[in-house]
Amino acid sequence: MGFLHEFLQQMVNGLSLGSIYALLALGYTMVYGIVKLINFAHGDILMLGAFGGFFVLAAYGVTPLTFVLALLVGMIVCAVVGIVIEKTCYKPLRNAPRINALITAIGVSIFIENGARVVKVIGPNPKEFPTFKTVNFPIGDVNISQIQIIVFVVSIALMFLLTYIVNHTKLGKAMRAVSFDRPAAYLMGINVDWIISFTFALGSALAAAAGILFASAYPQVEPYMGIIPGLKAFVAAVLGGIGSIPGAMLGGFIMGIAETLTKGFISSQLADAIAFGILILILVVKPSGILGKNVSEKV
Amino acid sequence: MLKVRGLNVYYGNIHALHDCSFEVNEGEIVTLIGANGAGKTTTMHSISGLIPIHSGEIEFLGQSLKGVPANKIVEMGLAQVPEGRRIFANLTVMENLEMGAYIRRDKQGIKQDYEMIFSKFPRLKERYRQVAGTLSGGEQQMLAMARTLMSRPRLMLLDEPSMGLAPLLVKEIFAIIQEINRTGTTILLVEQNANMALAIANRAYVLETGKIVLSGDAKELAASEAVRKAYLGG
Repeated sequence: MGFLHEFLQQMVNGLSLGSIYALLALGYTMVYGIVKLINFAHGDILMLGAFGGFFVLAAYGVTPLTFVLALLVGMIVCAVVGIVIEKTCYKPLRNAPRINALITAIGVSIFIENGARVVKVIGPNPKEFPTFKTVNFPIGDVNISQIQIIVFVVSIALMFLLTYIVNHTKLGKAMRAVSFDRPAAYLMGINVDWIISFTFALGSALAAAAGILFASAYPQVEPYMGIIPGLKAFVAAVLGGIGSIPGAMLGGFIMGIAETLTKGFISSQLADAIAFGILILILVVKPSGILGKNVSEKV
Repeated sequence: MLKVRGLNVYYGNIHALHDCSFEVNEGEIVTLIGANGAGKTTTMHSISGLIPIHSGEIEFLGQSLKGVPANKIVEMGLAQVPEGRRIFANLTVMENLEMGAYIRRDKQGIKQDYEMIFSKFPRLKERYRQVAGTLSGGEQQMLAMARTLMSRPRLMLLDEPSMGLAPLLVKEIFAIIQEINRTGTTILLVEQNANMALAIANRAYVLETGKIVLSGDAKELAASEAVRKAYLGG
């Protein structure tokens, strides 16, 4: 295997993995943009979404139609879960010091993970995720599996949809208005509570899709499966510039590619170390991230 | 139209407004003047529902505003152009206007109002696709006013519209305020620039460290010794 071949192969793998990180990073960045909270429970939404998909696919078998159904069910369930978490856990703390909400987010994360272990239908043991039989499409020496293509295409489609919502719909514009200046948004008659809930719903739905795609590529589901992808997507969001939507997408792809290249050329064991090394490096060199704005804190 | 009675507002332990009472009648321009820190913006924020009131009563069109969420107050027809303009600098001029019309569903009427706004503020028409943060201070103030007009308010609160603007622009802004009033919108204006405010207002209230100390006809107040000494530099 030549260097170029290995490089291209890892780029393909990285784009596929990176698109999952990008979907997940979007949730972090949108929620941060609107309520200035790092929602550490976001990775666990990925897990819940994956289980949502698991139940649909386990019940109806794996066909393109059931896969779409699994995505829809997972996304809707998680959108509702996201709204419930926001209303019950974060909203009461909206005017409290930010650190309180951050600690609460960690609490919510632990609650969901261990709650999932206790609930009978999920349980602590890993389960095999029903997925398509892998078909490889060799292009030259590089192998692309149809699962990688599905992951990439679905992710890109969802990212386009999100970009459209944020930039061209009334709700999306209101989201940007609320994230820029909440009191001014109130003065426009914008129902700020509703917009915040909507943001959590959108982010959680994307996390659910990320969970189902992740489980299709790495076919195993268990209650702690969201932790590491969650942390990596968080790094991706910071890398791209937390609060920036294009930044989260870019950061996600960079993280995915960095991870697969490390696995291919350096060592699989070092992959995670390098991911978090990237976080330290950004925080030192450019804390606002690649596409982040240097905004001074408003008093 | 707007009746404020015995309003008390606290920021933590600080008693910011003491028993303030005033009213605004339909069709008027009423101004609230006072020095920095007198409680003018606090008054505006409590009317718009941005800060909770401790005691007292605020009534708009016969309905109490106590406990009504800020966004619902806008739906009732009471909208504010906040101090410092507070436009959405990350949105385009057009998107800012759309946010102003957020509560409305009548697409046809909204379209007509965009035309009305653009004829009133031709500078905004030239720049409607531009990101609002790139506008000059005067243009931003015009956008802030235009944005609030898009909700078709019956009562418009204006908090320091002259702040940080060159004298010529201040004149223009005040002419626009009078024009808005002539087309049927009642105005409550808060200003440090007492000269200009008293010149266009029908009635005025003077606020001093959270208390209303004087009130009356704007022309008479402008002529009175006490006001001239304290606020008009003479």
